Amino acid sequence: MVGISPSYLNLIEHNRRRIGGKLLNDIARALGSEAAQLTEGAEGPLIEALRAAAAADPGADAELPRIEDFAARFPGWAGLIAAQARRIAHLEARITELADRLTHDPDFATALHQVISAVTSIRSTASILMDDSAVDADWMQRFHRNIYEDSLRLADQSGALIRYLQGPGEDGGITRSAPDDVGRFLEGLDHHVAALEGVRHEEEAALRAEVVAGLDGMTHTRAARLLDDWLMRYTQDARALPLAAFEAAARVCDHDPARLAAEFGVPLAQVLRRLATLPPGHDHPEMGLAVVDAAGGLVTMKPAGGFVLPRSGPACPLWPVFTALGQPGRPIRARVRLPGPTGAELLAHAVAEPTGPPDFDQPPRIRATMLVRPAREGGPDGPVVAVGTTCRICPRTDCAARREPSILG
Amino acid sequence: MGRRVLLIEDEPNIIEALSFILTRDGWTVHTHADGQTASDRIRSLPPDLVILDVMLPGRSGFDILRDLRADAATAAIPVLMLTARGQPKDRDLAMALGASHFMTKPFSNADMLEQVRLLMAG
Repeated sequence: MVGISPSYLNLIEHNRRRIGGKLLNDIARALGSEAAQLTEGAEGPLIEALRAAAAADPGADAELPRIEDFAARFPGWAGLIAAQARRIAHLEARITELADRLTHDPDFATALHQVISAVTSIRSTASILMDDSAVDADWMQRFHRNIYEDSLRLADQSGALIRYLQGPGEDGGITRSAPDDVGRFLEGLDHHVAALEGVRHEEEAALRAEVVAGLDGMTHTRAARLLDDWLMRYTQDARALPLAAFEAAARVCDHDPARLAAEFGVPLAQVLRRLATLPPGHDHPEMGLAVVDAAGGLVTMKPAGGFVLPRSGPACPLWPVFTALGQPGRPIRARVRLPGPTGAELLAHAVAEPTGPPDFDQPPRIRATMLVRPAREGGPDGPVVAVGTTCRICPRTDCAARREPSILG
Repeated sequence: MGRRVLLIEDEPNIIEALSFILTRDGWTVHTHADGQTASDRIRSLPPDLVILDVMLPGRSGFDILRDLRADAATAAIPVLMLTARGQPKDRDLAMALGASHFMTKPFSNADMLEQVRLLMAG
């Protein structure tokens, strides 16, 4: 009827062959259905990625009402756009991370200082040997030795700097902070630990230890303790919100944190954490997370969709997570727009809650939790807050919250 | 005896090279490698010129310079600041705190000697 064999149709049905354009329309016509209906399940993540790409560059005026038609007719091109949008977001996050390191990381500053000191010493000493013919033998020997030592130091330090700037996956080099190491490790797991889903109490400690053992080769032993704390909280969240039931409920209510908290009878912060650790590739939107303490220090972060906060140094104070810190207990929901050419719009949910048991003799220990996801059409109304990562690398020159000038000029 | 230069720097090979060229140029060179005790050393010497590195163990060169300018006994001593960070804000901060001159590492020996002579002449 549409000119394809049953085996080819079978391949299409199992997503092993792409379909689009005329063939899709022919099959839809033959079945008395809409083309969009046929591709709905298979292209959900693709459509979501295309929406995110369009949201990241609103100036491009992408035809959003025709997004499904586009994906169906040109699945290859649509996949390419989605992949490139993800790549751009990843690279922008990487630039932010590197800029953060260059401006705030004391390890980097020290390493650079050592390189420049070695170069200074070599230049000055070599210049003496070249220009001053009256250098006696003792000094000559001493200066030769100094140049040799400095050249070795320079070789070591420059090699370490290169390894450092190349980022994760490289051994040795300059040490990174423990939160850095944990952040990268969790990124490798997509912030989801399948082994701890539904784990029995008596097996929990051993399984956590097994995961922590994966930190092998990292530079900080403190990272293991931080990771174990994270895994303990993950396990508690997984027990309170069992994966299958939570995923099903999340899909039904479009991942609305308030509705999920009401349905499961748990604190909002727990729902925000759980949403951010859902398994990838299960028809969930890409979601990022930040947890900060009362001083604004970053406790946990999961970058997503261009969202990233600096691990060291002060963040942009306009993020809803900091607004929540000032109003403990009150849920905050806000749309935010990232700076830069993409200007992606995100939806943020945040809440600050006390942690630990109540204590009449101590002030409460407050932590604020914020979940971010790409904003969608038809989302909540309200003003859009123009946010950044940190003043030093933010191009918004007219921002009233600016603490210091940007190094971007 | 030549006029006294106090070189506050923690890199031994830079200390050796600078000491050599300054001594050959006729200056009496004293050296100090610790930021924490540098202000005391300046007061106890006191030198005719201080060459002061910014990044020192224990205390930054900026803090030492601030101390120096706040003390009437040392406020007039010329200070040549050395730094591995050549950002304009570092230069601005050094000059705002009262540095006489600011040099970025790596520097040439000729430039170093010229600045020392200029500051001593002034």
